[in-house]
Amino acid sequence: MAAVSFLETKALSRRFGGLTAVDGVDFSLRAGEIRAIIGPNGAGKTTLVSMISGRLAPSDGAIRFEGTDITRLPPWARVARGIVYTFQITSVFRNLSCFENVALAAQRALTLGKAPWHAIDQAALASSVTGALERVQLHERSDTPAANLPYGHQRLLELAMSLALKPKLLVLDEPTQGLSEAEITHFCELVREIADDATILLIEHNMDVVMELAERITVMSNGAILAEGTPAEITADAAVQQAYLGA
Amino acid sequence: MERNRSLALHGGALLILFLLQFVLPPYHYTNFTRIMVLAVYGIGYNILIGYTGLLSLGHAMFLASGMYAAGLAVHYIGVDPVSAFVLGSVAALAFATAVGLVALRTTGVSFMIVTMMFSQACYLLILYFNEVTRGDEGIAISEAARQIAGFSLTNPILRYNLALALFAGALILCYALIRSRVGRVLIAIRENEERVKMLGYHTFRYKLLALALSGLLSGAAGASYALMFGYVGATFAAIEYSIFALLWVLLGGAGTVLGPIIGALLMFYLVEWTSDVTESYRIVVGAALVLLTLFFPKGILGTLREKRLRWLP
Repeated sequence: MAAVSFLETKALSRRFGGLTAVDGVDFSLRAGEIRAIIGPNGAGKTTLVSMISGRLAPSDGAIRFEGTDITRLPPWARVARGIVYTFQITSVFRNLSCFENVALAAQRALTLGKAPWHAIDQAALASSVTGALERVQLHERSDTPAANLPYGHQRLLELAMSLALKPKLLVLDEPTQGLSEAEITHFCELVREIADDATILLIEHNMDVVMELAERITVMSNGAILAEGTPAEITADAAVQQAYLGA
Repeated sequence: MERNRSLALHGGALLILFLLQFVLPPYHYTNFTRIMVLAVYGIGYNILIGYTGLLSLGHAMFLASGMYAAGLAVHYIGVDPVSAFVLGSVAALAFATAVGLVALRTTGVSFMIVTMMFSQACYLLILYFNEVTRGDEGIAISEAARQIAGFSLTNPILRYNLALALFAGALILCYALIRSRVGRVLIAIRENEERVKMLGYHTFRYKLLALALSGLLSGAAGASYALMFGYVGATFAAIEYSIFALLWVLLGGAGTVLGPIIGALLMFYLVEWTSDVTESYRIVVGAALVLLTLFFPKGILGTLREKRLRWLP
């Protein structure tokens, strides 16, 4: 008797004109794991997670989340189910303060399933926002406009927004890109903390980060899954060596 | 602290408008009455362009739908002015919702074109049904039909204070909206709609709500204008009035609560003075639009907010 998969894609494909970016991918995640997806540029990693988070509609195939078919659900409905996507290119609201940025996420989590005229508990909102900002250590910059933060902090703010949504599945698309060594170390600690109560799907080019965080690794190449396994297995895999790790 | 400051500022602005009625000479008295009513239209427009980031080039259709719904009901059926005002506002609300269901499927330039197209269609329909609408020459609504509980809407004092009440209502609605959690989402949509979707918001619904409220205020302004000044005409449905709303909001400062009335006030008098000198005041309007967009895109209050008053809503 197999348990219901946390997340599962069946023959998932996405074509852009003549190009098949993701080609019949069967992919599954266990609840609670940290999974990294690696692969060369153009392998289809971002396209795959975009379909999972609802930014892109699949051309073919199906996605199931906690036993429910979510293939046709719009992104906001997926967020309501706990699938949260963190952008590859930092897309915080630059003209709004850190507090406002996180408040947008927090009020969504607080008002799910409630009517629009339902009054929001301002104290609960404030504590949720402060809590998320504290986790990424940005609580002292609450009133700073996001545009005035250094790049690394903008990424942390982005993460705080995702946390305030109380994700079950957190999709991180190249989160450490452009961060300094010290920031990356801090970031990895954070992700491990978050993994205590969320499943994490991570696209990452930095192999040190992948090896340190991931419990399992999925390798993609040309829109398909090339290999899957523990970090040790992947490092030893000859095909992977050739496709990606620099043969 | 900031909250108190901004409440004081907006309350102060309303107080000044209230006190002005005791000092303004008759000519300007009527002008200010008009400006306050038109500013309600501007506030409605601002909710859409300034806070939600949707540029409509056809808002005259909502102004005109409120105006015609109220005006025709009074003129032909003899509905009382209060009911006509409600009718005009609700008609514009319904119309804006219907237009939104179609037009909001587009964004950016397409949205501008679609709204403009709808608005031109309205304008032409008004002219086409000339027998009913008296589109080209307009309908003058008799004084007898414009009575509220025995008071005539031609009474300047009553008219001024009704206009002020309407303006205050619109100002408070706008202020409350942008301070609410719905307002927070609207502003975020203006900044980055894609991100808002990925934060779990059904952005179409929020944009539709913004358009509906915007239409409601525009219609309320149109209905009031018809009832207070006893005139309904197709000029109010023409593209010019869509551009006016854009101008007032840009001049005063898009995305500021008080911007529309400041813009409406200045443009009103600018047009007024140039009309005295030359027939072709439109050239001034056009030049103002070009200069604003090129050199002063944030408008008066927007620039002030950027430089000094960060707390300005």
